[in-house]
Amino acid sequence: MDRRVIEQHVTWEEYQKIVELLGREPNLVELGIFSAMWSEHCSYKSSRPHLKKFPTEAPWVVQGPGENAGIIMVDEETETCVAFKVESHNHPSYIEPFNGAATGVGGILRDVFTMGARPIACMDSLRFGELHDPKMRYVTKGVVSGISHYGNCVGVPTVGGEVYFDSCYQTNPLVNAFALGVVKKDKIFYARAAGVGNPVIYVGAKTGRDGIHGATMASEEFSSEEEVEKKVNVQVGDPFMEKLLIEACLEAMEKEGIVAIQDMGAAGLTSSSVEMASRGGVGVVLYLDKVPTREEGMTPYEIMLSESQERMLVVCEKGKEEEIMDVFRKWGLDATVIGEVIEEPVLKLFWHGEVVAELPIKALTDEAPVYYRPFRVPKYILENKKYDPNTLPEPEDYNKVVRKLLSSPTIASKRWIWEQYDHMVQINTVVYPGSDAAVLRIKGTGKGIAISSDCNSRYCYLNPYEGGKIAVAEAARNVACSGAVPRAITDCLNFGSPEDPEIMWQFVKATDGMADACKVLETPVVSGNVSFYNETKTDEGKRAVFPTPTVVCVGVLENVEKRMTSFFKDEGDVIVLLGENTGNISGSEYQKLQIGEFRGTGQTIDLRFEKTLQEAIVEAIQRGLIKHAHDVSEGGLAVNLFESSFEKELGFEVELDDNIRSDFLLFGEDQSRIVVSVSPERVDEVLDFFEKRTVPAKVIGKIRGDRGVIKHRGKELVNILVKEAKEIYETALEKELGLQG
Amino acid sequence: MKFGIPVYPGSNCDRDVGWVVEKVLGHEAVYLWHAEKDLKGVDCVIVPGGFSYGDYLRAGAMAKISPVTEAICEFAEKGGLVMGICNGFQILLEAGLLPGAMLPNKTLSFICKFVHLKVENDQTPFTHLYRKGEVVRIPIAHAEGNYTCPPETLKEIEENGQVVVRYSSPEGEVSEEFNPNGSLNNIAGICNKRGNVFGLMPHPERASETILGSVDGLRMFQSIVESVVRA
Repeated sequence: MDRRVIEQHVTWEEYQKIVELLGREPNLVELGIFSAMWSEHCSYKSSRPHLKKFPTEAPWVVQGPGENAGIIMVDEETETCVAFKVESHNHPSYIEPFNGAATGVGGILRDVFTMGARPIACMDSLRFGELHDPKMRYVTKGVVSGISHYGNCVGVPTVGGEVYFDSCYQTNPLVNAFALGVVKKDKIFYARAAGVGNPVIYVGAKTGRDGIHGATMASEEFSSEEEVEKKVNVQVGDPFMEKLLIEACLEAMEKEGIVAIQDMGAAGLTSSSVEMASRGGVGVVLYLDKVPTREEGMTPYEIMLSESQERMLVVCEKGKEEEIMDVFRKWGLDATVIGEVIEEPVLKLFWHGEVVAELPIKALTDEAPVYYRPFRVPKYILENKKYDPNTLPEPEDYNKVVRKLLSSPTIASKRWIWEQYDHMVQINTVVYPGSDAAVLRIKGTGKGIAISSDCNSRYCYLNPYEGGKIAVAEAARNVACSGAVPRAITDCLNFGSPEDPEIMWQFVKATDGMADACKVLETPVVSGNVSFYNETKTDEGKRAVFPTPTVVCVGVLENVEKRMTSFFKDEGDVIVLLGENTGNISGSEYQKLQIGEFRGTGQTIDLRFEKTLQEAIVEAIQRGLIKHAHDVSEGGLAVNLFESSFEKELGFEVELDDNIRSDFLLFGEDQSRIVVSVSPERVDEVLDFFEKRTVPAKVIGKIRGDRGVIKHRGKELVNILVKEAKEIYETALEKELGLQG
Repeated sequence: MKFGIPVYPGSNCDRDVGWVVEKVLGHEAVYLWHAEKDLKGVDCVIVPGGFSYGDYLRAGAMAKISPVTEAICEFAEKGGLVMGICNGFQILLEAGLLPGAMLPNKTLSFICKFVHLKVENDQTPFTHLYRKGEVVRIPIAHAEGNYTCPPETLKEIEENGQVVVRYSSPEGEVSEEFNPNGSLNNIAGICNKRGNVFGLMPHPERASETILGSVDGLRMFQSIVESVVRA
């Protein structure tokens, strides 16, 4: 085979390994299959050794990593579990924002319902470049409408998420889609093929030429803008088809006879058939001419590598296939037997009676290359250590700073986004978007779940180890602030090229931090995905995204009636700060506002204290001691207070006395802090409660009037009408997108 | 009593309506598959929201030719109570059970949020437990809820009191400022002349339990129950 053709698929070294494994040269179909299975996206060849660090077990974990989604127990009595996972769809979303994002939602939903779980919630973690760039405004709007289009139509609420805007995402936006479903423990389905002679059924949409080599594409950097334009092989989603597929699959699962089921995601028919065979320790024969196709003249190569959406592969007991296929036909879907399970662990493909590929399953999976890539400390880390924050002049007008922070797209209200998402359908959402975490009731149990997606990539950039810890801690803290016990996380690790030792260092450190945080906070990793090569070659060298290990934490509320929101409730209530102010502005939104970049050594966190704080806040909420809880994050204490004031337009008067520079105190993003409010008559009881749990708690002010007032050591620094601040906060994003005034 | 809930491919609020009927009201809910013409002896039909047939061609346009829709039209002709919510309303418009049509929202985007509605007609079987002029809080979730009709139709439905609910301020002011989608005369829901068919864009089933933040929608279902039991 031509060396150029080979190197379009795998590296030359990998090709030698393939020849060695097979004892012969592969044909083109086989090479295509290897290139997909051995791609970074499918094989985790650069990340695998590091992912082993993550804790994956706990008494409440029903299914850890390795399946389509992770599963935890929510209610022992009724054996009700939730299955969830987050996955990236970054590269397609830059090339074609609407369909890229839409199919991201579709793919993650399939990962959940393929396990027998009815999807009840979606979330999206989005990262865009700065909005002065018209292309970015187009991408932002396209991604949001793609998510809205798909999620709304399939009838799964999009209940929250997060959005950051930083220049490192200018040509590499990130779209991480999360989905969660509910399943009874004894109704969980796995993707393990078994039973020699059992038929393999293809269901769902027909196979087209779209998305061929998507998994491979996701495993390369963009080499230029022009290349982005050329790679127009993004899949197109059909949420209506997906809705039919959800209903048909869940109905078919009620029947006896399904042995295994798996969606055709990245690398389509290739990965679904190989992974099912691999997990079950069996082989699979497929008759590719039986695959329903959308276009004429498709080749075996194209059929195996197409990433057409809304397709599933089902293995059922022999003799039950007609009954199973009838369910799919009832829903108007294609269902065809295209192969069978065989004993010999090989993937054998036929095309009109002729063998066109025969590959050992092990060669495609277990034998995939593993790279222990070298890593070294990046130069910027060393340079940043020299940064002295005191070189920053103190602002003269604090009101102006607060207004600017509230109108920064990263901080400003995301209402324009989430009002385009149906966040209520299925009537489970009991804390709507805009609070620290979304809360859903789990019907029939009295319990609830809280979900929060977080990752401050600025901290990860400045200090990947601490940043990795913080990503986990913040997601868990948001869940705790809504009254739920954080139980597990799923993660999506977005990085630049692992072949760059400095990027690899970021990856190693960030995952170290995450693993440590997951251990201390008792939130094992139950599922996730890795997305490398989020970088673009530019004239000045290359631009990689900040290390962005998105974490989605899921927690359980024993009693959903005791859920907590993040806004002030009543005039006269006393405001209490939990945790300590240290005045660290490194990596903060304030630093970006003042110097236009991120310098210093980032934020740090004490995980032991974080655990104590989270346990205390959950207990305080369950005991009904506090009336609101809001974690201090981007924009610091000042922004935190205003955010809590908007919902009911309640003013506040806060007086601080810390011996810290005023701007560092107001806008620093020091970790492990939560602001709560308390009825005046319960203040002593609440302070005593936290003192006993060794959580520093201090009265800092009162909910009063219609203005937000902050004083520091007697001097009034901030005084803004809440209504005015709210107007700024609520309209800023639309203005930035050029949609208003 | 027995509520019938048609299920078209793409319906996605069918279970929500079913939940309210069974768990909140304590009545029977029967799901009616789109391909069948049998209404199974139900006392009332609630056409649920969602994206029947993926909204392909036009919202509700495909559902109108489903066998179950034919049966619903016959049921309505005989005086049976039919309520359409969101996509259900769009289907009733397409099927000709209600006058007018829907345009895309003036924002050209999907909108999901709580809105205020002013009850304009409290004499229908769906709203008799409300007071005329009362303002209720119920969410909307749609991309095409911008109601339109010819001027003569508008005049007719206004004069006949067929406009049942309108988008308004929390205080009941009806103006463009409180019109989320550009709907003619702030129309959120209308009934037919006879008063037995009612369609609205807002979702009363999403505002029928305290835990969801509003119970203002529950009285629509309760009104139906009382109307049926009384009759």
